[in-house]
Amino acid sequence: MSTLSTVPLQDPPSLPPEFRPQGPLIRRNSAVTESAWVQWLLVATALLFLLGFLLLPLVSVFTEALRHGWKVYLDAISEPDARSAIGMTLLTAAIAVPFNVAFGLAAAWAITKFEFRGKTLLVSLIDLPFSVSPVVAGLIYILVFGRNGWFGPWLFDHDIRIVFAIPGIVIATMFVTFPFIARELIPLMQEQGTDHEQAALSLGASGWQTFRRVTLPNIKWALLYGVLLCTARAMGEFGAVSVVSGHIRGQTDTMPLHVEILYNEYQFAGAFAVASLLAIFALVTLALKSYLEWRHGDELAATRRH
Amino acid sequence: MARSIKRRSPHSVIPGFGLSLGFSILYLSLIVLIPLSGVFFKSAQLGWHGLLDVIFAPRVLAALRLSFGAALVGALINAVFGTLVAWVFVRYRFPGKRLFDALIDLPFALPTAVAGIALTALYSTNGWIGQYLDALGVKVAYTPLGVIVACTFIGLPFVVRTVQPVLEDAEKELEEAAASLGASRLQTVTRVILPAVLPAVLTGFALAFARAAGEYGSIIFIAGNMPMVSEIAPLLIIIKLEEFDYAGASAVAMAMLSLSLALLLLINGLQVWARRRTANVR
Repeated sequence: MSTLSTVPLQDPPSLPPEFRPQGPLIRRNSAVTESAWVQWLLVATALLFLLGFLLLPLVSVFTEALRHGWKVYLDAISEPDARSAIGMTLLTAAIAVPFNVAFGLAAAWAITKFEFRGKTLLVSLIDLPFSVSPVVAGLIYILVFGRNGWFGPWLFDHDIRIVFAIPGIVIATMFVTFPFIARELIPLMQEQGTDHEQAALSLGASGWQTFRRVTLPNIKWALLYGVLLCTARAMGEFGAVSVVSGHIRGQTDTMPLHVEILYNEYQFAGAFAVASLLAIFALVTLALKSYLEWRHGDELAATRRH
Repeated sequence: MARSIKRRSPHSVIPGFGLSLGFSILYLSLIVLIPLSGVFFKSAQLGWHGLLDVIFAPRVLAALRLSFGAALVGALINAVFGTLVAWVFVRYRFPGKRLFDALIDLPFALPTAVAGIALTALYSTNGWIGQYLDALGVKVAYTPLGVIVACTFIGLPFVVRTVQPVLEDAEKELEEAAASLGASRLQTVTRVILPAVLPAVLTGFALAFARAAGEYGSIIFIAGNMPMVSEIAPLLIIIKLEEFDYAGASAVAMAMLSLSLALLLLINGLQVWARRRTANVR
């Protein structure tokens, strides 16, 4: 019985080998694709590049952090200085991001709903912080608020500290994360036009009602996407914050600065432990970002759709 | 669509023009424009000769050369491999593709200090990659090569993410037409596909370059920071700040800003040229 049932599945013995089907019946057109070994070679090269520059650095953060076991790891992330750094990082992001949300919404509204002179200039000025070195971003606030800066003497007389204190860290973070939200919103709102808003207004809605009930629901996923990128950068900013923080341990240390301090003191396990927390934040950000692109791709700006 | 209808602001039915534009410009001025102008005023205090003296000091020149040179090499590496990665993602199917696609944006999301210590651990002489390179006599960590590695990492997403959508939208019919007219696959790739993606590659290159030229966090750990050899320009600004030489720090910042601007204008010009060229091909 068993031999009988298997026979029909085999090739007919009469068929010569050269006529037996090889591979899939429908071949891809060889004129518009590459031969298998070229494909294999290209994929292997690309993956090797990504392995050396992306995957291995990421993996090494976690292996270095856990090299001396879980006890060392947990101690490193729960000691008072580390906890204060985590608090500082969250506080900075919690202040800087809402400001940039307000700016992003206002700028996108003005740019996409109205025509005015100098609009192109405004759009390129919004991108300016991306082409300024983070260290220069820190430097400019020292020049403005530092002891010898424009407002330095006045601030000193009134005992207000901006640089080498929390306000400086927050403002420097605002600078480097400045374009994120506006950049996500402007292209999307440009595509959407003004028809919905005009309809709402003609039906008697007030300006704020139109914004809250018509515009905001239309852009909510793009806004969330921008907030996500903005938050990730705000929590991870190093260069700008490093210049204005003054590195006062347990007071003006954010997580990235704490990583640097531990690393320079040769406390590698501790440095990588705090770094691994930041890496986990980054991975969560990437996961949420991919989810938004996959699930709500239609409601993001065209360049974000996959 | 709505943009084609020219509308003067006062006659628009949509409210909030004054408020939204006013707030945007106020915030932009307070956070970006006014503080940034401080660099110009502070370095102007040095006078023209003083400014040039600072910028053309050997140590500053070496640092500027390293920052911009390494950024250029890193951006070139990314232009080649980023285009390859985008091509592989769009055209082929292989296991783990979605995972790698999501990971491409890691350099945006991972704090630069974390990237810096991770790359150092990886490429130092006892690291996973560094030990093999060391056996070949190549030292990466604590040399200018390390700066290039960090610049490549930090600029990696730009080229991939600008080329990917262009390749996705590319019309397969053009390739089929080229093939049916007797072009070999290599000819089709170099004369049909590459010219079409070239402007996107240049955009990605410019973004990667601009980002890497000013980069600090991921570089200082791997660079070794030896004056004249592996010291980058942003670090020099910090050193001058620590010496309370604010004018000197501003002068280096001015040099960096002007160099970035000049190179971005140059790349912009190249893009216009590349677009015009593709337009002619079509």
